Amino acid sequence: MSETMINVDNLTKEYGQFRAVDQVSFKVHKGEVLGFLGPNGAGKSTTMKILTCFLAPTAGSAQVAGFDVFDQSLEVRQRVGYLPEDTPLYRDMTVLEHLEFAANMHGMTGDRVGSRIKEIGGRCGLGDVAGKLVGELSKGYRQRVGLAQAMLHDPDILILDEPTSGLDPNQIAEIRALIKEVGKEKTVILSTHILPEVQATCSRMLIISGGKLVADGTPDELRAREKATRYRLVVESNGSAADALKEKLTGVSGVAHCKKVAGEDGAHTFEVDGDAKNDLRKSLFRVAVDNKWPLLELSRQAASLEDVFRNLTTGEEHKS
Amino acid sequence: MSTTTTVARREIRTYFNSPVAYIVVMVFMLISGYLFFNQLFLEKQAELRYYFTLTPLIFTFIIPAITMRLIAEEKGSGTLEMLITMPVRDWEVVLGKFLAGMAMLGAIVGMTMFYGITVAVLGPIDRGPLITGYLGLLLMGGSYVAIGVMASSLTRNQIVAFILAFAISFGFFIFGQIVQFAPDWLAPVLAYLSMGNHFESFSRGVVDSRDALFYLSLIAVALVIATASLESRKWK
Repeated sequence: MSETMINVDNLTKEYGQFRAVDQVSFKVHKGEVLGFLGPNGAGKSTTMKILTCFLAPTAGSAQVAGFDVFDQSLEVRQRVGYLPEDTPLYRDMTVLEHLEFAANMHGMTGDRVGSRIKEIGGRCGLGDVAGKLVGELSKGYRQRVGLAQAMLHDPDILILDEPTSGLDPNQIAEIRALIKEVGKEKTVILSTHILPEVQATCSRMLIISGGKLVADGTPDELRAREKATRYRLVVESNGSAADALKEKLTGVSGVAHCKKVAGEDGAHTFEVDGDAKNDLRKSLFRVAVDNKWPLLELSRQAASLEDVFRNLTTGEEHKS
Repeated sequence: MSTTTTVARREIRTYFNSPVAYIVVMVFMLISGYLFFNQLFLEKQAELRYYFTLTPLIFTFIIPAITMRLIAEEKGSGTLEMLITMPVRDWEVVLGKFLAGMAMLGAIVGMTMFYGITVAVLGPIDRGPLITGYLGLLLMGGSYVAIGVMASSLTRNQIVAFILAFAISFGFFIFGQIVQFAPDWLAPVLAYLSMGNHFESFSRGVVDSRDALFYLSLIAVALVIATASLESRKWK
């Protein structure tokens, strides 16, 4: 594997009595797009604020691009592009002024400022609004200004806190495409609580809950961890009672749980849960044939990331 | 260091893009103009002494109005996080904000040069006290600006920042006024801490390094506290 860009070691952050981040450790390698998932208040933003040197850890340490976030914070900040949650920007500046300000803060001078703004502004689709006040922009454009600003100084690492929150589906698709493109050459960490986003953009995901790291792996790996498999079964009703069918289905060996759910008219729809090791499709089909039920649909549904996420994050909360 | 000037430039631009600067300049000109022309037309005296005597008091509320937004606004709107995660040291941010406040002070004080010119047109002018008086205004005003920056760093609410800065500034002003009522042991301390006392010699044309040192150390202390307050976010 390529070099480690971010190394977080037993990171802990306490706000008074409250532990927002609890001994979290992980590594991010060059070229990875890491999705940082968790319910609201799980400690995602706090971790990102520590990595960008806005807050100091209570215990543990973190290195970004080989520099310690506490002892060498200036070096870290030179190499990181950060998009804070809710994209705070100076509303009284124009887009161009804002980007010039950021470029100057990063020590860029002369022609480099203009050429860099032109390049990044073009990539983020800001050409049309360069002269507009930031405060007058729509949320989607503000987000793009924030992203452009984060990438302006060509950082090795991008840290994006909820980059797509509050955007419409078109804007979300655009931002995701942009992140994916950037992720080819840079290391990206992005936080979100939208699961399809992780599938669409990330090569690896971390799930954090109650300040603790509860999962770390590729989306496929995490899905495979889910033990139950769900089957969907649609049978034409023909006047038969749903309860009788349900009873028969529950009787099939390997079925843990059977539930009638709402479905199309004139048919009964069931969700059947079984363990992931055995394929129950054959037995379910046989039951239908034996009882002469007109089978309209039978499918196996892979465990979704939603299930993984829900199981991991609600379980932790009950314990603590 | 270039980050300091970048921060300062941005703040100055914000001042003049918003009505705040113009309102504050107008209010200050209104008050000081009244004081000056009152003297000119009623007493038939073209001089700046009266203006100089009352400025320490006027500054106690004019300058907090300039400085209140400097850091508190960024804390409130969240832009502080964006600013401070750029490669900039905390003291550079504070210094940049202070310099922007000083530029604003310079603009206000500069406008009153008009009175000096009026006096010069009407008769021979004693240049010494005029120049040292303006130097004193900048030094004393600088102390108020630094106090304002400090107050602004302590809260995310601009109104609180204004009231706090006003209270502290007014405290330093009132020390000079209550010296005569204070017990003997306290009087010299109060006299030393008074904003007006140190300014008085400047307005008389005397530059005493002790007076300058008083203002400069007040500025330094206030800015160090502001920096510490900014850094304290890390430990909360």
